Amino acid sequence: MIRSSPPAVELQHDIKGRSLWQDAVRRLARNRAAVASMIVLAVIALLAVFAPMLSPHPYDEIYWDRIQMPPDFANGHWFGTDSNGRDLFVRTLYGARVSLMVGVLATAVSLVIGVIYGAVAGFVGGRVDDIMMRLVDILYALPFMFFVILLMVMFGRNIFLIFVALGAVEWLTMARIVRGQTLSIKHRPFIEAAHACGVTRTGIIFRHIIPNVLGPVIVYVTLTVPQVIMTESFISFLGLGVQEPLTSWGVLIAEGARLMEAAPWLLVFPATLLALTLFAFNFIGDGLRDALDPKDR
Amino acid sequence: MDELLSVADLETRFRTPEGEVAAVAGVSFAIDPGESLGVVGESGSGKSQVFLSIMGLLAKNGRCSGQVRFRGEDILGLPAARLNALRGSRMSMIFQDPMTSLNPYLTVSRQLTEVVVEHLGLSRDQARARALEALERVGLPDPAARIDLYPHAFSGGMRQRVMIAMAILCQPELLIADEPTTALDVTIQAQILDLMRVLKRESNTATVIITHDLGVVAGLCDQVMVMYAGRLVETGSVREIFYQPRHPYTRGLLRAMPRLDDIQDGLLDTIPGQPPNLQALPPGCAYQERCPQVYPRCRSERPELRILGPRRGVACHLELGP
Amino acid sequence: MAARIMIAFAARRCLSALPTLLIVITLAFFMMRLAPGGPFDQERALPPEIERNVLAAYNLDQPLWRQYLDYLADLTRGDFGPSFKYRDFTVAELIANGFPASLQIGGLAMLCAIVFGVGLGTVAALHQNSPLDYTVMTFAMTGIAVPNFVMAPLLTLLFGVYLSLLPVAGWGDGAWANKLLPVIALALPQVAYIARLTRGSMIEVLNSNYIRTARAKGLREGLVVTRHAVKGALLPVVSYLGPATAAVATGSVVIETIFDIPGTGRYFVEGALNRDYPLVMGVVVFYAAMIIALNLAVDLLYGLMDPKLRRP
Repeated sequence: MIRSSPPAVELQHDIKGRSLWQDAVRRLARNRAAVASMIVLAVIALLAVFAPMLSPHPYDEIYWDRIQMPPDFANGHWFGTDSNGRDLFVRTLYGARVSLMVGVLATAVSLVIGVIYGAVAGFVGGRVDDIMMRLVDILYALPFMFFVILLMVMFGRNIFLIFVALGAVEWLTMARIVRGQTLSIKHRPFIEAAHACGVTRTGIIFRHIIPNVLGPVIVYVTLTVPQVIMTESFISFLGLGVQEPLTSWGVLIAEGARLMEAAPWLLVFPATLLALTLFAFNFIGDGLRDALDPKDR
Repeated sequence: MDELLSVADLETRFRTPEGEVAAVAGVSFAIDPGESLGVVGESGSGKSQVFLSIMGLLAKNGRCSGQVRFRGEDILGLPAARLNALRGSRMSMIFQDPMTSLNPYLTVSRQLTEVVVEHLGLSRDQARARALEALERVGLPDPAARIDLYPHAFSGGMRQRVMIAMAILCQPELLIADEPTTALDVTIQAQILDLMRVLKRESNTATVIITHDLGVVAGLCDQVMVMYAGRLVETGSVREIFYQPRHPYTRGLLRAMPRLDDIQDGLLDTIPGQPPNLQALPPGCAYQERCPQVYPRCRSERPELRILGPRRGVACHLELGP
Repeated sequence: MAARIMIAFAARRCLSALPTLLIVITLAFFMMRLAPGGPFDQERALPPEIERNVLAAYNLDQPLWRQYLDYLADLTRGDFGPSFKYRDFTVAELIANGFPASLQIGGLAMLCAIVFGVGLGTVAALHQNSPLDYTVMTFAMTGIAVPNFVMAPLLTLLFGVYLSLLPVAGWGDGAWANKLLPVIALALPQVAYIARLTRGSMIEVLNSNYIRTARAKGLREGLVVTRHAVKGALLPVVSYLGPATAAVATGSVVIETIFDIPGTGRYFVEGALNRDYPLVMGVVVFYAAMIIALNLAVDLLYGLMDPKLRRP
């Protein structure tokens, strides 16, 4: 009665064209941890991309006279050398390349599978939804890391297999999130309006549902990347992932851990870089979550 | 002093990321024992926050100031440990949404008996008997069979009856009902209102009914306060408010009420516009943007509540001329 | 009445756990058999007769479906087949040999995770936005962002090498000093995760309408938290226990390797590095069965805690 429909003109002066996204960006920019994390990540990514240009040493060159040397600025071994006499700085940055690439690509795989799967399950609903989500529940209960390792053992230690295996593992949560969001918006008037206008189901899923579940998905993506990086490092740490002479943070940390009493720098540099990266992604993810969902403070 | 509750200059503020908001901006009133007060206003008018402040139930970012006396004792801002002697026993509160206001993980009997165990020191058995009696009073069908169930087994109307039973267990002197029927179906609303009426007749409990629906007030209350943007705009007896409204907002509310006896063209009058943004209140009267009879002075000078009688007041420049 | 509903609920959940286990076994089996290269085609080719004998000995000359059914039948008897690498042992013997150590480390880690995670999370929630809260949350962020295979060497370096307080590695027949670091390294990420989870859900519950009702009733704050808030706030933690078990089982693989603990996880890694298919598969199936069983237990616990689920 009292809250009767107001004229549209009246509405506007209150909610002056500040969209959800602009608001979120503003809040994110005020989150110091998240901003610092973005800078750290950008620096690490740039270092990884330009690694070969930054150091005089190639990543696989063995200096027989400089085996397991502590950091030394005089000859450009800023992080020292490893037990094979290779420059640790360049190797750590090459490891960053592998880790970041795996993180991004595997997350992309999980994103594609999870979003499509979740949107379809949530949108179609009914029995299809029941069966699809039951399958996710079942897969959820599996010790996935064991299967990834099993895959590595069976099919050889191929870096592309790592992308696919990790992506195939991480899509489950994504699918659940997208389904939940889809369910909550599918009965909103604008979806029903699209139905009424004769937009096809595929059209509705891609043009209306997916754009509207983006927020939580972005948050989860930023939290999946560190998850994947950590998993890849874990597998490489065990010696089941990336193979020599290529390297990744997991491989370097494994060697560092083996030699930490004699040469602690072999552990400290890669471990620090990995931890920094993981911290950064987690802070950004948390910041994004707070920015997109302001009630949760 | 024989007033049950007296409130003076109550202010309630919330800290938000966008700055501080005054949800209640200086409200004063009193309630006599056994009296029934209706508090009317739109969402965001601060009507619920007044009583949440009094009960010490504000959200974490809320702060209040002013003076609230319950039987002469200043209770505003008392630590929870001291308030707990009053809350649930001498003054109690019923909330809007019965679906979420009962604890889903505890049986109804547990949620009822703990009140009397805590306040009256009854044994488990005595408390249970007392709870059954209260459920009987609020008209819950077959209470003995239902008391050990969890809330999810109850319908909305039944849950609200349980909430009411919980509130009257200790025979409080003051019962505050915050939109007790808003979340319910229309037929259930009528039942709950009937129940409130019966309870009012049978006991000497003073009641406060917070609502946005003047129709609820009409049958249930002696006194009425109308709130807008955190302030009182008009107070008076039910008759005065309904038959001689003095504030344009009150008149607007009355015109917007659907009436069965007066079918004109089938259209309801509405109040144009939206409640104002509390963070950007205009200088002068908060109602100016929506008021059909606005004077230039309304835009610069805020009307104070003028006392017109012992229980009568209005905050408006209209009758004073431009 | 309640008991019968509960039993029906339990029976339904048990029935749905069996297909999951079957899927695990089937997946593992076919992944193994379809892998390129058999376990015996190494550097030198074996003479055909010997190869036939070897294949027959390991039942590899049968058709695939036959092998599958045989494997299933063996599994029901607890027979995981022989190990390729440790020729004198069966896989079941190796698992049984390693499991006590793994169970101790993993069980203690889970216990720490629940006790400290819930405790820290609750304390943080009750003091939201206080320095205490920020300290706990910083600690939790560290636990989540620093992987256990980084934490473990760092802890060893600090307590084992520099301070010489604790043994660097080894099992020492299960001495407390030897268990301490592995358990901490294994539990830390889970403590952190559970603390964050508890804090979040506790804050949400404390802001809920029914907590406001409890306060309006004049209950002591202690009662409001213990009687009214804890149960609802712990439900997300309970449903995380399944994934937490899986994470601890996974983590134990690397922790056992780092600390040189003779557990199932280390056999798994050695099996994986040596392409000892039956061993790897046996461990996968064994851990999967354990995790599925634990998930089932968690489901039942959840059903006990949430009255809404008890409806048939």
